[in-house]
Amino acid sequence: MPTRRTIVLGTFGAAGALVVGYAFWPSSRIRRANAMDAAKDERFVSNWIKIANDDTVTVVIPHCDMGTGIFTSLSQMAAEELDADWNKVTAETAPSDPLFANGALAEGFILSQQDMSGRDIPPFLRGTVANGFRMVAEYMDLQVTGGSSAVRATGMFGMRLAGAAAREMLLKAAARRWDVDVASCETRSSRVIHKATQREFTYGELAGAASDYEPPTHPRLKDKSEFRLIGRPLQRIDIPGKVDGSTNYGIDVIQPDMLYAAIRISPVFGGKLKSVDTRIVEGRRGIRQVVKLDDAVVVVADRYWRAKAAAADLDPQFDGGGHDKVTSASIAARRLEAVRGRDAKIDLTRGEGIDALARGTSFAATYSVPYLAHSPMEPMNATALYKDGMLEVWSGTQDGLGSRAFCAKAAKLSLDKVAFHLQPMGGGFGRRLPGQWNFLEYAVRTALAVPGVPVKLIFTREQDTQHDYYRPNVTSAFWGSLGPEGLVRTWVNTYTTDDGANPQAHIPYDIPNQQIGSVKVATHVPTGPWRSVEASWHGFFVESFVDELAHRGGQDPFEYRRALLRHAPRHLAVLELAAQKAGWGAPMARGRGRGIAIVESFKTIVAQVAEVTIDAKGALKVDRVVAAVDTGLVVNPDGLKAQIEGAIFFALTAALKGEITIDQGAVAQSNFNDYEMLRLADCPEIEVHLCESDGEVGGAGEPGVPPLAPAVTNAIFAACGVRVRNLPIKNHSLAPSASVTTSE
Amino acid sequence: MVSLKVNGAVHEIEVEDETPLLWVIRDEIGLTGTKFGCGIAQCGACTVHINGEAQRSCVIPVGSLQDAEITTIEGLSTSGLTHVQQAWIDHQVPQCGYCQSGMIMAISALLAENGDPTDEELAAAITNICRCGTYPRIRAAVRALASRED
Repeated sequence: MPTRRTIVLGTFGAAGALVVGYAFWPSSRIRRANAMDAAKDERFVSNWIKIANDDTVTVVIPHCDMGTGIFTSLSQMAAEELDADWNKVTAETAPSDPLFANGALAEGFILSQQDMSGRDIPPFLRGTVANGFRMVAEYMDLQVTGGSSAVRATGMFGMRLAGAAAREMLLKAAARRWDVDVASCETRSSRVIHKATQREFTYGELAGAASDYEPPTHPRLKDKSEFRLIGRPLQRIDIPGKVDGSTNYGIDVIQPDMLYAAIRISPVFGGKLKSVDTRIVEGRRGIRQVVKLDDAVVVVADRYWRAKAAAADLDPQFDGGGHDKVTSASIAARRLEAVRGRDAKIDLTRGEGIDALARGTSFAATYSVPYLAHSPMEPMNATALYKDGMLEVWSGTQDGLGSRAFCAKAAKLSLDKVAFHLQPMGGGFGRRLPGQWNFLEYAVRTALAVPGVPVKLIFTREQDTQHDYYRPNVTSAFWGSLGPEGLVRTWVNTYTTDDGANPQAHIPYDIPNQQIGSVKVATHVPTGPWRSVEASWHGFFVESFVDELAHRGGQDPFEYRRALLRHAPRHLAVLELAAQKAGWGAPMARGRGRGIAIVESFKTIVAQVAEVTIDAKGALKVDRVVAAVDTGLVVNPDGLKAQIEGAIFFALTAALKGEITIDQGAVAQSNFNDYEMLRLADCPEIEVHLCESDGEVGGAGEPGVPPLAPAVTNAIFAACGVRVRNLPIKNHSLAPSASVTTSE
Repeated sequence: MVSLKVNGAVHEIEVEDETPLLWVIRDEIGLTGTKFGCGIAQCGACTVHINGEAQRSCVIPVGSLQDAEITTIEGLSTSGLTHVQQAWIDHQVPQCGYCQSGMIMAISALLAENGDPTDEELAAAITNICRCGTYPRIRAAVRALASRED
C-alpha cells in the first residue's frame, strides 16, 4: 500500500515524468495572487508564472538572491517547460506572504525523508518550526533559501511543472480560438503555432484566456533531449545590477526621515545588561535615544556614523550569564573526554560493528574543527518601522515569509499587522537562515522603542563577528582495523554533536564492519548552519581518516578509495575524473604534494585534488585545486562552476585560517584583522569539471566545500609528512623539523 | 562645512570633519553603491577614487578632502558601462555582488596605471576581500582586459 504521502506528493519516475499529481494553485488562489502581485497588464497563468500583454514572462521566485544565481537557473527551468523566449523572461522575488509559500521545497524534502520525525529534518530547515516538523502543513509555510535546495526542490518540483502547466493552458486557449485540435498546435519561443494554417499567437495575446483554465495536474514534462534552455550557460540576470552599484541590498534601504542605530550586545552569550551610563553620549549632535534592552544597548541617531561612534564610547556593563569562565580550551577538553568515553549514541551498525576491531592491525586517530563565523560581506542589518500598530521591516534574510512571522512574534503582533520586504543579500552562507535572526529581533525591539519613525540597525563588523551563530566546533575519534591486504575491514567513529546524529557521518565506502555514533556536548555558544553544514566537518574527518588508513595499508590514496568505491559507480566516475584531470600519479618536485578527497552532500558528489608546495621554511602555498562534480542534471553549467569555484575558495579560507576562539565566555576575534580572510594573492588555480549523470538532481551552492580541507591536508601529508588533524592549518608548523607523523 | 566634488557634482556637506567619507557618500549624498564591510580599511568594499587613486573611504575623514575629486561606482562611467564593468558581465564575475563595487573601483584604478599587470602585480595591488570567492573570474577578466585592443 502506498502511504498517503506518496499519493499526495507523487514522485518522479526514472525518465523524469511526473507519476502523481502536483499541488497546482486553483483559480481562486491565482485570483488572490493577481490582486497581490500582478500589474494591470499582466496576470498569473500558473504557480509562479506571470505573463504580460507584451509577452514578458515574469518568474516569481519564492527564494532570496544571495549570490548563487538561482533567479537565473529557476527562471531557466520555468522558461524551458513554458517554451518561452529567454529574451523576454524576467524574475522577481515573491512577496513574503503565505500565498507564495514554497510548497515545492517541502515536497522535495518530504520525498527524500524516510520518516517525519524531527531527527530527519535537514539542518537548514531546523530553525523554521519550534516544535520539530511533524506536520506536513508546517513544512508548507516556507520560503527558505538554503540546503542547496533551490534547483533540486523548487526547480524540479515547482518551476518546471508550473512552466509545463502554463504552456498547456496557452495551447488550449489558442486551439479554442482557432477551433482546432490542441494536438495540432505547438509552442516555440513564446508563441503558439498552428502549422497547418500558418497561424500564430504570442503568449501575451493568449495569457488572459489561458489563465481562465484550471491548471492541469499532470502536465507533460520535456525529456532531456528536448531541452533548449536547461543545460545552457546563460548569463545571470542579477549581474548587471551588481557591476554598477544599483542592486539594493538590505543595508541600502532608504526610508523617509529614517534614523540609524548601532548596537552593543553582551559579549558573553546569554549575558544581561547590568548598567550603562548614557550621559557621555546624551546631548551629542544627532543622538536621539539610547535604548536599553535586556542584553544590549542601542544608540539611535540621525546618522549611522554618529550612532556608531556614540555606541563605541559607551561602557555598558553586562553580567557573564554564568558562562564567563568558558574558554575554547575548556570546551575542547570536554569534547575530547566525550568522544573517548562510552556514552556515544550508536547511529549505525554494520556487520560485526566494533567487535571486529580486535581482528587485524588497528589504528586510531582523533580530529577536530573550530568554531567559524559566516562573515558575509554585508554586515547584519535590518530597517524597521513601527507605526499605528503596524510593523514594516526591510532586510535580507534566507526566508522572507519566515522572517515576517518572526518579526510578528518579536513584536507580539498578528501576521497581518506585519509587512516584510525581502532584499537581496550581500552573502548568506547560512548566516541569514531561520533561527539566526538576532539582527531582526534587535531591529524590531528598537523600532518598538522609537515608534513612528523607520530605524536602520546595522551591526558593525565587530558585532557581526562576535554575535554570529557559529559553525560548531566538533571532535571526531576514529578506530580502524586493516585486513591482510591493507584494506580497511572495520570502521568505528564517535563524534561530538550539538543537536543529534549527523547522517553525513555515514560513509560511501564499502567497509564490512562499521559502528558510527555521536555524543552530545552542549555549550553556551550559539551554533547554526554554515555553508555545507555537517558535511563541512564530517567531510574533513572521514576523508582524513581514509587517507591515513591508505598510508597505513601502504597504498596510494586514490587507488585505495577506488577499491572501496567499486560498488558506487557515480562516486567512482567522479573520483577518476578528478584524478585524471589533475594528473594524479605524475611525479612532483620535493616539497610538493597532491591530496585527494571525495564527499557527497546535498545529493551532489564532488571530488577534489589539491596540489601544494611547502618551502624550506615551512610556508604553505596551495597551487591548484581540480574538482569533478556530479550533480545529476546540470541546469546552468557556468553557474554551477561558479558555485564550486567559490565554495573551494570559501573552504580554503576556513581550512587555512578560519578559527573563532572563546575567551571568558566571549568571542576573541572581532574584525578581518584578527578573523583573517584569504585574498586574490592566496587564490589557487581552480578547475571545475562537470560529469553529468542520470542521478538525482543535486545542490550546487554547498557541495564544493566539504572535500577541500581534507584534499589540502592530505596534500600536506604527501608533501612533508605532517598530518594535520586539527583545523585550521595555520596553527601547525610545516617546517622540516616538524616532520613527525602527526601534528595534534 | 565641507565642499565635496563627487562624480562631478559639488556637495556642501555640514558634518563633523572626522566623519568617514563612506558615510557621507552613503547617508548624506545617498549614493549606496559604495559599501560598508569592515570600517577599518581591511576589506575594500568601500573603495572609491580620490583624485584618480583607489582609496578605502571608511577610514578617510571627510574634513581632509576639501576640493578633492571623488568618484564612486555610480560615477565611473558617464555613458553605459566601462570596459571593466563589461568584462565583469562577460566573465560572470559577481556572485552576491556586495564587494564588487569596491573591487571594480580598485581594478579600474590599477588598470589606469598599468594596463597589463602580471598576476603578481594584480595580487599585490588588489587586496579587497570577496567572501564568495570570485577571484578566479576576476583574474580571467583582467587577463582579457589586458589583451584587449581598442
